[in-house]
Amino acid sequence: MKRWLVGLLVVVLVLAALAWMFFPSPREPSAQSTSTQVSAASLRDPALIARGEYLAAVGDCAACHTSKGGVRYAGGRSLATPFGNVPAPNITPDPDTGLGRWSFEDFWRALHLGEGRHGELLYPVFSYTSFTKVTHDDALAIFAYLQSLPPVRQASDEPSLRFPYSLRRSLVAWRALYFKPGVYQPDPAQSAQWNRGAYLVQGLGHCNECHATRDALGGLSPDHTLTGGQIPEQNWYAPDLSVNPGGGLEGWSTRDIVDLLKTGQSAKGAAFGPMADVVRKSTQHMTDADLDAIATYLQSLPARSAAVAEVSHVSFDRAKGAKLYADRCADCHGADGRGVAGIYPPLDGNTSVNEPTGINAIRTVLLGGFAPVTAGNPRPYSMPPYAQELNDEEVATVVSYIRQSWSNKAPAVRPSEVGTYRHTPID
Amino acid sequence: MPAAATQPVVPDTIQQRVKACTTCHGVHGEGSPGSGVFPRLAGKPAAYLAQQLAYFQDGLRKYAPMEYTVRQLSPAYMEEIAAYFSAQEAPYHPSPVPSVSAAVMERGKQLVERGDSTRGIPSCVSCHGERLTGVEPAIPGLAGLSYDYVSAQIGSWRTHTRAAKSPDCMAIVANRLRDSDITAVAAWLGSLPPPTDMHAQPADPGKRVLPRWCVASAGAMP
Repeated sequence: MKRWLVGLLVVVLVLAALAWMFFPSPREPSAQSTSTQVSAASLRDPALIARGEYLAAVGDCAACHTSKGGVRYAGGRSLATPFGNVPAPNITPDPDTGLGRWSFEDFWRALHLGEGRHGELLYPVFSYTSFTKVTHDDALAIFAYLQSLPPVRQASDEPSLRFPYSLRRSLVAWRALYFKPGVYQPDPAQSAQWNRGAYLVQGLGHCNECHATRDALGGLSPDHTLTGGQIPEQNWYAPDLSVNPGGGLEGWSTRDIVDLLKTGQSAKGAAFGPMADVVRKSTQHMTDADLDAIATYLQSLPARSAAVAEVSHVSFDRAKGAKLYADRCADCHGADGRGVAGIYPPLDGNTSVNEPTGINAIRTVLLGGFAPVTAGNPRPYSMPPYAQELNDEEVATVVSYIRQSWSNKAPAVRPSEVGTYRHTPID
Repeated sequence: MPAAATQPVVPDTIQQRVKACTTCHGVHGEGSPGSGVFPRLAGKPAAYLAQQLAYFQDGLRKYAPMEYTVRQLSPAYMEEIAAYFSAQEAPYHPSPVPSVSAAVMERGKQLVERGDSTRGIPSCVSCHGERLTGVEPAIPGLAGLSYDYVSAQIGSWRTHTRAAKSPDCMAIVANRLRDSDITAVAAWLGSLPPPTDMHAQPADPGKRVLPRWCVASAGAMP
């Protein structure tokens, strides 16, 4: 194990020990009938429930809180982290296995403070680092919606985390470093639309949970929001979201952003991998006004200083890459790399082709697949997987060729990287 | 040169849309007779194909490339894709079969045609049709499947990487077969000459969709 990692573990352990001594004891759950200010009757307001359903889609709650083939919101999906696996719990109103005994105050403490019903600290794979920005009213609507669901009896598994992460008290230290509770505060210098977009992106949308780089303890730096990062365990690269010079979405118009979020496709590229899930389950259901607000906010992200160009020592056979491209790719993406409008995405200037790691291009060549089915694109075209046809060296060659053709100037990739990502689990 | 001149012309057809499928299963769903790894889809009942796509989405069938490919599809689109492959008529091509003894072949023939009542194993033809080309609406043909594919699929029922919604008849059968029986069945099926009529048989209105032995045993399954 690397020495710095041992050092970090020691720091965590010391902080955890201190926390153990000073952190207050678990609290009693608030009794639903007496201490709550939210009456059961007000939670049955159909308009509130409908708004909560929309907000739950915006937050993509079902993505984590539903197992493969399982009942929506009944939990069971195991979320892989570098520290171990955390199963997402059942959030239907079953009294024994779900949120049936929860009051709104319990729910608010979970969403806003990252605390469970008995005061236990929640693991931040539940993105309360973002959800803390959600307003009290929106949280109430989501709670009303969840409580309106048919209860499903399905017990949640316990997390299986490695020591010391298995000690919930170790989260005291983590939270001191990375978690600042607080509802989103509008910026009076900005328009209402911009503020709505910022609220959705930073809060319920929890975009930064993937679109930023996590450190060795899984924390996110407030200095690097939405600047892109490799998603731990899933091994896809979630790009920088700035449209300004040096940004991952450089040159994307408001229209491009809205198109991608609404239909899964845009003139600049298509959604694939985890973002295809996000579009299908969440963003395609958002109102045009909210999508415009998100695009307006993203348009305002600052230009990024050009990263010190990494000198690539990887060499590849350009002629062989050109031949592979002509034989396998050009029929759809075009000899000029411009793709076919509305059908096949361009590769020239494509953020997913040029992202720093090359992971997205490598895995897309290996896996192929369909763009997400959305109301705006109900019968998407697809890309063949090449994992069966091309060996590691061939994939590396054609990916390197694409990353260094037309206006693309991204580093070449190695066959060994293809070998690594060939075996990455897909879920 | 204007961009339009270099832009590829893309046919607006389902065949063009399903390139992700046809690269392995063949443009007409003929499978990969050479390797036997990718099964034939052509002519299988549409409801069966759509159901299997849903099973890959729901995690009942586990095979990472298929799970990734079907992940983003809607039920309506999966039905359209299933209908495309179901309607294809592609010639059968024999796949390689390992050399096994005459006794093994005889055992395979017995299991396929008559089953083994001493072990509670029904014959293949009793469900998959006399010609083994499947039965509408949702029982797949076995004719034309390779030795490798058949043995891998029966094995996958035993290792829980393939399943059907209950009652899962094939899980019951797979768990009653000996390892040597799997080899025998796969070898016999893989070496059968292709039938002249490749279509699935129509459902027999006098026959229940799932056999009594399956519905009755399913309740006792673990």
